[in-house]
Amino acid sequence: MACAATVALAAPVCAQNDVKSYEVRGDAIPQSLTGTTGDPTRGREIVTNRFVGLCMLCHTGPFPDVPQQGTLAPDLKGAGTRWSVAQLRMRIVDSSRVVPDTIMPAYYRTDHLQRVAPQFRGKPVLTAEQIEDVVAFLATLKEN
Amino acid sequence: MSPMRCAALLAGLLIVASAIAGASEDLPREKQRSSYDDMAPATRAMQDADTDNPGMLWVLDGEALWRAKTGSAARACADCHGDAKQSMAGVAARYPAFDAKRGGPVTLEGRINACRVENQNAQTLAYESRELLALSAYLALQSRGKPIAIDEKKLGETIAAGRDIFRQRQGQLNLSCAQCHDQHYGGKLAGNTIPQGHPNGYPLYRLEWQTLGSLQRRLRNCLTGIRAENHAYGSRELIALETYLMWRARGMSMESPAVRP
Ligand code: HEC
Ligand code: HEC
Repeated sequence: MACAATVALAAPVCAQNDVKSYEVRGDAIPQSLTGTTGDPTRGREIVTNRFVGLCMLCHTGPFPDVPQQGTLAPDLKGAGTRWSVAQLRMRIVDSSRVVPDTIMPAYYRTDHLQRVAPQFRGKPVLTAEQIEDVVAFLATLKEN
Repeated sequence: MSPMRCAALLAGLLIVASAIAGASEDLPREKQRSSYDDMAPATRAMQDADTDNPGMLWVLDGEALWRAKTGSAARACADCHGDAKQSMAGVAARYPAFDAKRGGPVTLEGRINACRVENQNAQTLAYESRELLALSAYLALQSRGKPIAIDEKKLGETIAAGRDIFRQRQGQLNLSCAQCHDQHYGGKLAGNTIPQGHPNGYPLYRLEWQTLGSLQRRLRNCLTGIRAENHAYGSRELIALETYLMWRARGMSMESPAVRP
């Protein structure tokens, strides 16, 4: 991919270790990271698993079966109404592109991190497949 | 295009981001709040009654060790220091202290080990060993209720180094200590109330650990949580963090041995 071809509103991000390149347009990543649509059922499992998605450490959401939700971040209820799939993808891949000083980790970025534990070095928090599953699930959260 | 040039493209953006994240201030004294204040009544009661506080078992061991002749010098701590209730009153509240001989900070555990080597001809004790926890719990008890007051004039550089580490984003989750303990205390991280992260109860009994643990054990837990490379027990970095945390908690009352969830 040609990184030099940076045009207004379209910034390509280059491949790092286990992270494939993708293109950013405004506050969105229009293309699926895998080329296919994710599975919302698997996405729900990732989002609600405290050790995999980690989302519920910080967020609340419309998941009555998940005890002890965090209170540090907006409720995920209605996320699929507030944001397009492409915008959701950007927020999971690297939310610091939208809110520069956010506490939300970039789930698909391995550079510009410091002192990463050896077993996690060079690895994104979630794989491209997992991100697509999460995005597909968030898109189903339509109620307001 | 090379990954190097790609990194350069992003660098500008990220420098702006970290400048914003770094613009925090030290927790003001009037906002200081012990984790004790956020604990369930049953956990508080456990800390408050010496007969229910599991940390007192270590204190009893520590008292025995204080009087035991140790090392090839066959000397007890008590042989030099006498009654700890007098000689050690308020000491733990002043640690880490500046050690003129070493020209740097020494923690309470480091001081215990230095006395063992230099005055008792005994071996050093490992962090989290029963003996070191017992001795430090016994000493820390002699500061219960005393205000934390470390020597900020002599330890200024160490405090500053600790503050830098406290504010540095790190680990795969890219979080700093300050983001949780300065900016989001009181919020819930899953089921846990994020405390301000004060060192005023250590060594303390954690229900989650089912044992007594040192402050450095807690710091290592938080580093593991953000998936950061850890610092070794007794390392310069953990001592700097410990010193900064004690300075940040200046004036707060010592609770050792405290109980935490
Ligand atoms: C360490 C905290 C943290 C974690 C973990 C986290 N987030 Fe967030 N997230 C935030 C915060 C804070 C915001 C709000 C943006 C801001 O102001 O920083 C946010 C924003 C968002 C948004 C857009 C806000 C909106 O209006 O709905 C979505 C969607 C989102 N997060 C989804 C997720 C998902 C899915 C996961 C897990 C895969 C996750 N987050 C993990 C802290 C977190
Ligand atoms: C993602 C949030 C988060 C980050 C980042 C974090 N901590 Fe913590 N910390 C916590 C939580 C939550 C607890 C309470 C644990 C519990 O109750 O189970 C805690 C507990 C503590 C305590 C114990 C307070 C007490 O009363 O016993 C100290 C000290 C502390 N942290 C210091 C640090 C330092 C230093 C760093 C950085 C190296 C750090 N923390 C990073 C969330 C965090």
